[in-house]
Amino acid sequence: MLLTVIYLLASISFILGLKMLSNPASARKGNLIAAAGMGLAILGTIFLYEESDGTKLGNYGWIFGGLIIGTIIGTLAAKKVKMTAMPEMVSLFNGMGGACAALISITEFNHLAETLHQPHDVQLGEIFPASAAYSAWVGKSIVILAGLIIGSVSFSGSVIAWGKLNGKIHDFAFKGQHLINGLLFLVLLGLAGWIAGVYENANTTVFYVLLILSLIYGVFFVLPIGGADMPVVISLLNSFTGVAAACGGFLYNNKAMLTGGILVGAAGTLLTILMCKAMNRSLLNVLIGSFGGHAADVAATRAQGNYKEITLSDTAILLTYAHKVMIVPGYGLAVAQAQHACHELEKLLTEKGVEVKYAIHPVAGRMPGHMNVLLAEADVDYDQLLEMEAANEQFSTTDVVLVLGANDVVNPAAKTDPASPIYGMPILEVELAKNCIVNKRSMKPGYAGIENELFFQPKTSMLFGDAKKVLEAISTEIKNL
Amino acid sequence: METLLEKIALHQDYIYIVVLMIFLGIEVIGRVPSVLHTPLMSGANAIHGVVIIGAIIVMGKADPSNYLALSLGFLAVILGTLNVVGGFVVTDRMLEMFRHKQK
Repeated sequence: MLLTVIYLLASISFILGLKMLSNPASARKGNLIAAAGMGLAILGTIFLYEESDGTKLGNYGWIFGGLIIGTIIGTLAAKKVKMTAMPEMVSLFNGMGGACAALISITEFNHLAETLHQPHDVQLGEIFPASAAYSAWVGKSIVILAGLIIGSVSFSGSVIAWGKLNGKIHDFAFKGQHLINGLLFLVLLGLAGWIAGVYENANTTVFYVLLILSLIYGVFFVLPIGGADMPVVISLLNSFTGVAAACGGFLYNNKAMLTGGILVGAAGTLLTILMCKAMNRSLLNVLIGSFGGHAADVAATRAQGNYKEITLSDTAILLTYAHKVMIVPGYGLAVAQAQHACHELEKLLTEKGVEVKYAIHPVAGRMPGHMNVLLAEADVDYDQLLEMEAANEQFSTTDVVLVLGANDVVNPAAKTDPASPIYGMPILEVELAKNCIVNKRSMKPGYAGIENELFFQPKTSMLFGDAKKVLEAISTEIKNL
Repeated sequence: METLLEKIALHQDYIYIVVLMIFLGIEVIGRVPSVLHTPLMSGANAIHGVVIIGAIIVMGKADPSNYLALSLGFLAVILGTLNVVGGFVVTDRMLEMFRHKQK
């Protein structure tokens, strides 16, 4: 009885937590509330859960062992991870949840199959009382199989997304991949239907084949999608895991799992669509676009122009005597951990009477909001961050734009070149400003693998080097002026 | 047809929960500013860690002589805990920075 109340409280805490998480002022509290609800649900399950025949859970040593090991590793990993690697970390944790759901399905299926295939046929009647034996079997196995497939896809997909984000795995696509993916998907459905439809088919070999195919599908699903689109993929896989958790809710008749899972499934799907909208693309386009896969060819055909470099001291002078400077941060800033150096420079310029603003593209970095989190870490004032629309209105009155390790989000090809893979994506229109200084490590194309004609425009000057070192050097130059 | 209707009637609680939760999930985050996309995704990620409950049940029910079930359950508990704890801690770390700056 008490457990029911606990699960109810947990469900409410999830809803409340999610609600508060979508408001900057209450977000942190929301996270804590959801965490508290989760803790309550976990403890409640351990101590109060009873089977319908009244037996309590056993194996406390194993349960607490697992909880302790998971807590230690999870806390350490989450505390130690660098801000730049946050998206990868989220992806990895998501994969763990998916794997957990798949493991539950494996164990439950083994259990079910064992009971099923005992020699005497009367067993069936015992497992599934009443005349609804067959439909009960179908219901239960559908839930188990759905949890298995969705969980495994989410797991292997998340691992690939993690590998892509930290550069261990590269985009890979082959001819007819979409066709093979489609076929594989149909095979998965068919096999699952075959197992669920006829319980004589329920042997563990077929089940494990299904498991392996699901894992392969997860890999193939994410592999051809370009690295720049990984945030969208992670968000989608996140909602998958939510649905997998909900399957567990059906299986155990557990309302907390059900509400939590469906809630995340729905919210995650909406979040995925919001992210796609920020890039002016449809979800389908992201998933089948093989963005980046063929982009290399496009880049190769683009004419290389001449670019000019600018010295540190010239940059310092240009910035100091400007009225208005707009900083455009990108992934390069995150990689170089240059957010503090950036804030220093900004303070220095503000002291000299220069108006400094940050222009934040919604998908700058590796995840929406990535730059906001990063700059917030460096104490940058909230009011100085401009969202894309606001920034675009101000570029024409800006003297100097300083692009720090951003590339695709300032690529004019998105507006002018229909052949470009990023065509149609809204960009920061930095070319409207009087001067544009681009800091990059080299002339290598950005994450999407496409050349950026901005770099070859007469108003643009290149400033090569690691963002942090360059920013510190500029600050020193300004102080010496 | 008859049986389908019966099924719907039998499981109406679930159907109500699922439908309402879908609308709620969409409604609740409908107006999130893009600043919070990353923490929100991370927070939602931690919430689906509720799958840990299933892992605990599997583990607790496992026959102590069935080593396959024991080890699978044990792994599931570890992975589920990683998802929950890691998810909430990472989210908190992200949000800590926001609060820091608001002063």
